[in-house]
Amino acid sequence: MKPQHAYITGFILSILLTFVPLGLLWLHGATSHSFPTHQELRFGFVILALAQLCVQLIFFLHIGQERKPRWNLTALVFAVVVVLILVVGTLWIMTNLEHMQMSDIDIFKGENIFPHADTD
Amino acid sequence: MKEESLLDKVTFGFWVYLMSDCVLFAGLFATYAVLQDATFGRVSIETIVDLPFVLLETVVLLSSSFTAGIAVLRAREGKKAQSLFALAATWILGFFFILLEGSEFVHLVGEGSGPGVSAFLSSFFVLLGTHGLHVSIGLLWMLILAAYIWRRGFTDTAVRRLTILSLFWHFLDIIWIFIFTFVYLFGSL
Repeated sequence: MKPQHAYITGFILSILLTFVPLGLLWLHGATSHSFPTHQELRFGFVILALAQLCVQLIFFLHIGQERKPRWNLTALVFAVVVVLILVVGTLWIMTNLEHMQMSDIDIFKGENIFPHADTD
Repeated sequence: MKEESLLDKVTFGFWVYLMSDCVLFAGLFATYAVLQDATFGRVSIETIVDLPFVLLETVVLLSSSFTAGIAVLRAREGKKAQSLFALAATWILGFFFILLEGSEFVHLVGEGSGPGVSAFLSSFFVLLGTHGLHVSIGLLWMLILAAYIWRRGFTDTAVRRLTILSLFWHFLDIIWIFIFTFVYLFGSL
């Protein structure tokens, strides 16, 4: 594929992947939340975001097309691992912490971390 | 050193910076995810989201990412005018994006929903603000690079700098995609 075509393909795909989730959201509202359901929608959004990430990486950042040894790809994989540990780990610990409170209230819901802020 | 292997080295060095920036954003995303519901009885994400507005921001940023790629492509082919034109288009689109984001911030603060109101708003402003700051730095970088190209022409150094600038720009685009999904789309549910 000519480099210019790669950019044009990437651009069209990325615009499409922006509109598809909005279409799903519209469908969700139009069918009064029956199809797709909340859960399906969340799942769909994540899949579409990952697809968008791949489009950007392949067509714009040319991942995997560099000369060997592929240090850029190696660094990317390492970064993905760190990001996953950071985000999943944080959410895991924080939701667990909430469960440990043994109450129905969200511990952060009423939290005011700025006690002296004006409360008008 | 041969130009090709120098470009590889410079690109890799910059790539490592981008990956560490990824970790920075991961921290901000995790913070946002945890504090999302800590609204302290004030505005929540559902009331902030304006999907047509966010869609416009997304399309503008995606387009600027595309023109940045074209600028590099034309620079490598030695087509100076076309490359500079694409770079100018990137700058204008990027600037438009910053104006949009800025207007959202001004609107929120004007409504009395500044970053000091609730933990949710703090994490929201920090996440979006950090992205906006990166975009602003990218815009400044483009101006400096344009001045360099203006004075010295498309030297190997200029093309190399343009290449890593476009990497930076595509990277910001990826971060925005995740903000679009996890802040705005999830927030509108």
